[in-house]
Amino acid sequence: MEYQSQAVAKYYFTAAIGLFVGQILFGLIIGLQYVVGDFLFPEIPFNVARMVHTNLLIVWLLFGFMGASYYLIPEEAERELYSPGLAILMFWIFLVAGALTILGYLLVPYSTLADLTMNDLLPTMGREFLEQPTITKLGIVVVALAFIFNVGMTVLQGRKTVINLVLMIGLIGLAVFFLFSFYNPTNLVQDKFWWWWTVHLWVEGVWELILGAILAFVLIKTTGVDREVIEKWLYIIIAMTLITGIIGTGHHYYWIGTPEYWQWWGSIFSAMEPIPFFMMTVFAFTMVNKRKREHPNKAAVLWALGTGVMAFLGAGVWGFLHTLAPVNYFTHGTQITAAHGHMAFYGAYAMVVLAIISYAMPIIRGRAANSNKAQVMEMWSFWLMTVSITFITLFLTAAGILQTWLQRISETPMTFMATQDQLALFYWMREIAGVVFLIGLIIYIMSFFVGDDEAA
Amino acid sequence: MDEMFTKSMARNIFYGGSLFFFLLFLALTFDTMGVVPQRDNHENITPTVAAGKMLWEKNNCIGCHTLLGEGAYFAPELGNVYVRFGNSTEAIKGFIKSRPKDGIPGRRSMPQFNFSDEELEQIAQFLKYASEINTAGWPPNKMG
Repeated sequence: MEYQSQAVAKYYFTAAIGLFVGQILFGLIIGLQYVVGDFLFPEIPFNVARMVHTNLLIVWLLFGFMGASYYLIPEEAERELYSPGLAILMFWIFLVAGALTILGYLLVPYSTLADLTMNDLLPTMGREFLEQPTITKLGIVVVALAFIFNVGMTVLQGRKTVINLVLMIGLIGLAVFFLFSFYNPTNLVQDKFWWWWTVHLWVEGVWELILGAILAFVLIKTTGVDREVIEKWLYIIIAMTLITGIIGTGHHYYWIGTPEYWQWWGSIFSAMEPIPFFMMTVFAFTMVNKRKREHPNKAAVLWALGTGVMAFLGAGVWGFLHTLAPVNYFTHGTQITAAHGHMAFYGAYAMVVLAIISYAMPIIRGRAANSNKAQVMEMWSFWLMTVSITFITLFLTAAGILQTWLQRISETPMTFMATQDQLALFYWMREIAGVVFLIGLIIYIMSFFVGDDEAA
Repeated sequence: MDEMFTKSMARNIFYGGSLFFFLLFLALTFDTMGVVPQRDNHENITPTVAAGKMLWEKNNCIGCHTLLGEGAYFAPELGNVYVRFGNSTEAIKGFIKSRPKDGIPGRRSMPQFNFSDEELEQIAQFLKYASEINTAGWPPNKMG
């Protein structure tokens, strides 16, 4: 490790992995509730468990992004972090606020939580992914501002690299677009329209800049390819991301009361959204093929390559599958959406965080790479998780096609609940794949605790 | 990549392209804001409907249901439930009221929220309002 202050990333990475486990456990709960409808009812109803599942995902990815930033920004800027103390303080604030929020979801009814946190003063709760109490949202803003100040000062006072610049644009964009979560008009069409300015412009906009910057950093470090080459790729990838992704927001404006012209804008631009992801795959493989050194951390290289491939499949291919308006007319709000969501989030964001953790954690722990034994375990976990998320996606896609047919296309359409009964087989198989994913995750965590003595 | 294609060209495409398409997005948004009032059924947002939306959010209904196709996929679409229930707010209220407190053995069930009659009216009116938004013909049929 070149700079001592990079070590604060360890806190963030550790929390990220811990919350990741929670996310998967709750994923298994809601997966089971799909087929055993009364499982844990009424103690933990589906909506609560799902909220925990999705919110933990968001929070652990944010921990991962922050950890990645604290690790790579000082190294790129060639100086110590502006304030390691502030980074640690913000870590605890974010962790405690996050834990209290999750406990709030689980321990009291959601409406009680809304009353306790005085949601009426500024109602922002009860919207998908933005369920956090308003006070938690304010806490997120405070943490984000302190974080951006801290890394921003580091960048300003140090060497300016393209990776740092792109990462900063992504992080500032993340903070700015989160502000739309405070706008909750009574008019449902307006509410939905602006809600996407947080949700879409995050995951199909600024988060991709963060993803690109982290991936570029890992590739520079592990392949030794010339920075100029990697930076050029990074610019062109994120250019295509925003050129296609901003207007691509239109694919959410087909059926929510917005004008029909969005069906054209949304279809055309989001049909191009796979391009930057495809370029990312080509980028990762080209850089690894042109590598100037054999980095001892094979696992990190595997995660980096996996990010490119799985992001392209999950976000690119599975996104395209249902993004054209005439297709989306039938698939909107079905298991097809769930299938896409799972592989896209895993492939793009979970994997890039796991890639930087894989690269950085051994260094923070004082070695260039983990022992061969630990790396083999980590690679097992890579394949178990990646293959099982692929099967989760395939089973949900099968469920979604069948659902669309039975409920919306058939000449004798079935009700939603009758259709769901017909999908049970696929839901069971998805749940089994989910268990395999958990096994992969357990092996991943175990890989941190083996073979320290024979470290390279 | 080709030597002819330099890093500064890539950078300019990033800044220029992003700025251009963000401005285009703003222009489309501006236009949408002008057109939406003809489609969004805002004239029917009464205080009862507004209170219904608050109830909808306070009970995290979106955590199981979809509304205009967005939300969770565990329970039926509610953007058109008013139509599906025969254009009847009474049917909606009756359904919500009748949910068993301890669920249904082995099956999915909506929780019993113990809404007052006033609250039931609010949520039903909110769902009626939602069903009258012009959604470009979605969903394909009344099953949602």
